[in-house]
Amino acid sequence: MFKIVHKRVLNPAVVLMDIEAPFIAKKAKAGQFIIFRIDEKGERVPLTIAGYDREKGTITIIFQIVGATTEQLATLNEGDALLDVAGPLGIPTHIDESAKNVCVIGGGVGCAIAYPQAKELFERGLEVDVITGFRSKDIVILEDEFKKTSSNLIVCTDDGSYGKKGFVTDALKELIDAGNKYDAVIAIGPVPMMKFVCAVTKPYGIKTIVSLNPIMIDGTGMCGGCRVTVGGQIKYACVDGPDFDGHEVDFDELMKRNSTYREQEHECRMLKSAEKA
Amino acid sequence: MANMALNKVPMPEQDPKVRARNFKEVTLGYTEEMAIEEAKRCLNCKNKPCVTGCPVSVRIPEFIAKVAEGDFEGAYEIITSTNALPAVCGRVCPQENQCEGKCVRGIKGEPVAIGRLERFVADYMMDKAAAAVKPEPNGHKVAVVGAGPSGLTCAGDLAKLGYQVTIFEAFHTAGGVLMYGIPEFRLPKAIVQKEITKLKNLGVEIMQDMVIGKVLSVDEIMDMGYEAVFIGSGAGLPRFMGIEGESLIGVCSANEYLTRINLMKGYLDDYATPVIKSKSVAVVGGGNVAMDAARSALRMGAEHVYIIYRRSEAEMPARKEEVHHAKEEGVEFLNLNNPVRILADENGRVCAMECIKMELGEPDESGRRSPVPVEGSNYNLDVDTVIMSIGTSPNPLIRTTTHGLDANKRGCLIVNEDMLTTKEGVYAGGDAVTGAATVILAMGAGKTAAKSIDEYIKSK
Repeated sequence: MFKIVHKRVLNPAVVLMDIEAPFIAKKAKAGQFIIFRIDEKGERVPLTIAGYDREKGTITIIFQIVGATTEQLATLNEGDALLDVAGPLGIPTHIDESAKNVCVIGGGVGCAIAYPQAKELFERGLEVDVITGFRSKDIVILEDEFKKTSSNLIVCTDDGSYGKKGFVTDALKELIDAGNKYDAVIAIGPVPMMKFVCAVTKPYGIKTIVSLNPIMIDGTGMCGGCRVTVGGQIKYACVDGPDFDGHEVDFDELMKRNSTYREQEHECRMLKSAEKA
Repeated sequence: MANMALNKVPMPEQDPKVRARNFKEVTLGYTEEMAIEEAKRCLNCKNKPCVTGCPVSVRIPEFIAKVAEGDFEGAYEIITSTNALPAVCGRVCPQENQCEGKCVRGIKGEPVAIGRLERFVADYMMDKAAAAVKPEPNGHKVAVVGAGPSGLTCAGDLAKLGYQVTIFEAFHTAGGVLMYGIPEFRLPKAIVQKEITKLKNLGVEIMQDMVIGKVLSVDEIMDMGYEAVFIGSGAGLPRFMGIEGESLIGVCSANEYLTRINLMKGYLDDYATPVIKSKSVAVVGGGNVAMDAARSALRMGAEHVYIIYRRSEAEMPARKEEVHHAKEEGVEFLNLNNPVRILADENGRVCAMECIKMELGEPDESGRRSPVPVEGSNYNLDVDTVIMSIGTSPNPLIRTTTHGLDANKRGCLIVNEDMLTTKEGVYAGGDAVTGAATVILAMGAGKTAAKSIDEYIKSK
């Protein structure tokens, strides 16, 4: 069992948990993920590792309530435990030793994954510009954390209720046009956001790394459910990724494949709420 | 007096129409009377050809003689002295190519039903056998990677010799392909778990959720005081054909489909894992996994399930019994057919698969006549789901993270006849070495490795 030692609600739909997982905490690196299962009847769900404490033997996860399983997870409290946590899976994010300036972009709950990236690079001594994007003020997360781990933080909201009004892509384009030279851009968030960030950086030839979130079961290269087309070839996000060169990814296909079980997910949530009622 | 009936005593099974819609076990097993009657068909040959066909050398005529006497406990002791998982083997071994394939009674009539008898004995004793006594520890530690058939066998044999064995399993449940691959209706999961409990009673420790190569490397395991490591990580990486349309919604690997149903119990309403709902399914391939996927699709409610296989039935690698059962249940076989591309509707969901007819040409390197497309015979098959079951490759996680562990160009670990890899103290067996094969061959490899590991540690 994997005990929840700390829980913090970041916004009404996003929750942070520190979980006891000493073996994983010892090995985890930014960009890697875990697969968890809450209980015997639960599904296996992948979540990117948002942080780790090697000494305490804990890992941090930050998740958005999007389906039946994350809804259930959010009801657990400190002292409760998850039945299974396996990891650290996938290949850690790789930024060239020679890189000096990077821009890290997080969209919504994607900030949870962007944060450890920014932290690691900032601690490595790089100039790290961070752009975060949210629908509105009430769901802004991790602002204090990003302030401490960036050279420059721009918070955007779609409706202008906080920070800069507009999308992360607008902010990125302004930074580039203002003369900022980036060795790499890391973009993590909803698939359409990553797709549009890549469209912005491509004409400038800026290497852009995206972290993909396809449907997955085992996370060890066994089911092929997480296959994505990258550079015209089939890649398994669990063992070849989850990071890929964003300019090579077929985002439209990924969006379609992610909708495979949408109707059943809906039914499942309805069923769970009916049980509760 | 031997029973000279030409045919096996038939085994009761669920009616095909009924069972095609449920996940309960298809075959129901012999009664005591049936087992004794069938056991009497064995001639107790002096040269025991059946034993030479068994990868784990079960003393077949001896255990059958005990069954014929009604001494089922005695029979069980004989079987389990060389086979750690008899209830599994009795159900899933390809007996027709092994023990039963060599049976003298098979020359004129059907061979003795060795598999059915093994299953009967294992089932009969399942809850009766006294818990194994934990052997005296010999003070040595061995690690096993993967709790599938080869790892479980290796661990069991070493534990019996007094080794302290830890199995590191990547999934949340031990059993490997016995849990995620082979369906409930062919191998009930409760039986697999009972066999595993017996190993735990011998002192084998199983650590789940440990993805070796990621959470720990093989070298780190050795540093933890394990004197040898056995790698039985299987061949889990599914292959696709590389044809147009394989990324459409509704195309998946047999591994994914079966894992959702078996390991994650997606067929039960109270489990959270979704399974694709299909009306018409094409399963591409002709092996046991293809049969399992096709028969599972029927049970999930599909109206039409097709097997698309590029050769003819004679070349089909699946067990005969599985093909027979699949046909009885209503799976439609389109042999000598091959997919060309998969077509989508406006939402990116599969709506048809274009196929081409094949004919058999000259024998290829496998010795089987190679299939050749018939020009202009293309047609569209209306399906909403395509399940690819054309094989798997060894999982790369360990090979790519362990220094000094060599693999061939297909990714299979290289071992010598003692199952020793190119790294000292590291042994391997099962599908990780051979590529996708059978449960019993993996068990045989686990057994050989256990013997080699024992000799290696003793000689240190």
